[in-house]
Amino acid sequence: MIEVSHCDFIYNQGKSQVKVYDDFNLTIEQGESIVLIGPSGCGKSTLLYLLSGLQKPTAGKIQILGDSVKGTRQKTAFILQEYGLFPWLTVEQNVSLGLRVRHTVKRSYKPLVEEMIQKMGLGEVKHNFPSQLSGGQRQRVALARALTLQPDLLLMDEPLSALDALTRERLQGLLLEIWQEQKLTTVLVTHSIEEAVFLGSRILVLLDGRPTKVVGEITNPLVGKSGYRQTEEFFQKTSYVRSLLERGGLDESAR
Amino acid sequence: MNLQGKVFQGKSWGYLGAIVFLLALWQYAAWSLQTPLLPTPQAAIAATIRLLEADLGKHFWVSTYRVVLSTLTAFLIGLPLGIIMGYEDRIDRFLAPLVYITYPIPKIVFLPLILLFLGLGDGSKIFLITFIVFFQILVTTRDAVRKVQSETISSLRSLGGNRFQVYRYVLLPASLPDVFTSLRLSMGTAIAVLFFAESFATTEGLGYFIMDSWSRAAPDEMFAGIIMMALLGVGLFIVVDFFDNIFCRWQHLNGYKEGK
Ligand SMILES: Nc1ncnc2c1ncn2[C@@H]1O[C@H](COP(=O)(O)OP(=O)(O)OP(=O)(O)O)[C@@H](O)[C@H]1O
Ligand SMILES: [Mg+2]
Repeated sequence: MIEVSHCDFIYNQGKSQVKVYDDFNLTIEQGESIVLIGPSGCGKSTLLYLLSGLQKPTAGKIQILGDSVKGTRQKTAFILQEYGLFPWLTVEQNVSLGLRVRHTVKRSYKPLVEEMIQKMGLGEVKHNFPSQLSGGQRQRVALARALTLQPDLLLMDEPLSALDALTRERLQGLLLEIWQEQKLTTVLVTHSIEEAVFLGSRILVLLDGRPTKVVGEITNPLVGKSGYRQTEEFFQKTSYVRSLLERGGLDESAR
Repeated sequence: MNLQGKVFQGKSWGYLGAIVFLLALWQYAAWSLQTPLLPTPQAAIAATIRLLEADLGKHFWVSTYRVVLSTLTAFLIGLPLGIIMGYEDRIDRFLAPLVYITYPIPKIVFLPLILLFLGLGDGSKIFLITFIVFFQILVTTRDAVRKVQSETISSLRSLGGNRFQVYRYVLLPASLPDVFTSLRLSMGTAIAVLFFAESFATTEGLGYFIMDSWSRAAPDEMFAGIIMMALLGVGLFIVVDFFDNIFCRWQHLNGYKEGK
């Protein structure tokens, strides 16, 4: 579904340049749930920006379903780090903004927005502003807004950080449900190893450095199986991901 | 009573308290100074009522018209231009030096020129106030837009928003709270400039009325003019607050909570 081929990406920081990606390649199949994990500053958000079309690779090509990505795409939804909600809009207005921006007629999006609000359990707070919501509610608003666009690709940048443990687990369950139910392709960034193994059908461990490298790729076929969190395999996968991250840290200090 | 009603009631008590306080202070000053230059509040209020039946009302409306029209014009030009300058670096690079050079010049020095071209009527006064207030609104708006985080803009773009929609859905609402603050500050400036502009070469407006009473040595009438000017200021602030509460409701949520 997604083909990233020979991509370079460079940020200009004043006079100096930061080469985040150099000849980077990645293939993502339809229906996969990719999790990106790696130390802060290694380029996870940058990769999502590239996939969303908000940033263009300096060289190379990104194709989604055969089409080159040039700018944002109708069926890609992107939940930015820190949610990206608009503080001046109510929950209901935030959720419907994507459809409004796309010039959907109000009559036709109203029911869809209402359905999403109910599904995410936001009915009680739909006239509140984001500053009046808990972290978990805000995250559900961001999710609702993304899903109203009926995307085939959902990009999420650390959507569940800054939530308490129980809310986090509940929302992890919700994400898993959405992924299985809608046959979405998702790419999620997280700093939590547990979350990576719980949500990712394939986990990419990134390591910073100029440029970023993929130090490990773990396929996780049992993802989504009920009770997976309590199994031996789950434990093994998390230890493995952890060891890759730690080994990355060692390499770093040896340099 | 609903929440807004309660907030409104709270505000009315605040105004009443302020008025009582100022009147008491005034009364005390008038008693202790015992000078014909400072009339008692009773004398001034009596004069206000008497003069409203004559032509004080007309002067009040002329002044109101001048301030409102010029502030509105400054707002309607300064707001869009400020937003554009805040977002489009290329335009800002070109216009910012122009603004920085002209902003600090006291615009009043242009008055002879303005009078020459626009004459002695409303036009010159409205132009002068607009000219001064415009810069305040422009600079505040531009700086407010610059504070908008790039993630917020990316967020709209990721929803499929185009350039125009970035203005409509992000830059405008994000800058409005600061714009209202600058409007409030501008009101003070506008009234000060109004007074100056009305104090010569005209026979209409509160500025004229106050200066004329002064030259006629009629302090109670002069204070009637000052009272009307204060009312004009308060009225404008209330109007700005009213629109602020409508358009920036998200900024005033704590206020509403306290009102419960
Ligand atoms: N707008 C920018 N301009 C210049 N450099 C940037 C910019 N954004 C990110 N970078 C640099 O690119 C690198 C990758 O940043 P990125 O935000 O992708 O990291 P990340 O993996 O998402 O980190 P985190 O886990 O902290 O969110 C960092 O070294 C950062 O300093
Ligand atoms: Mg990031």
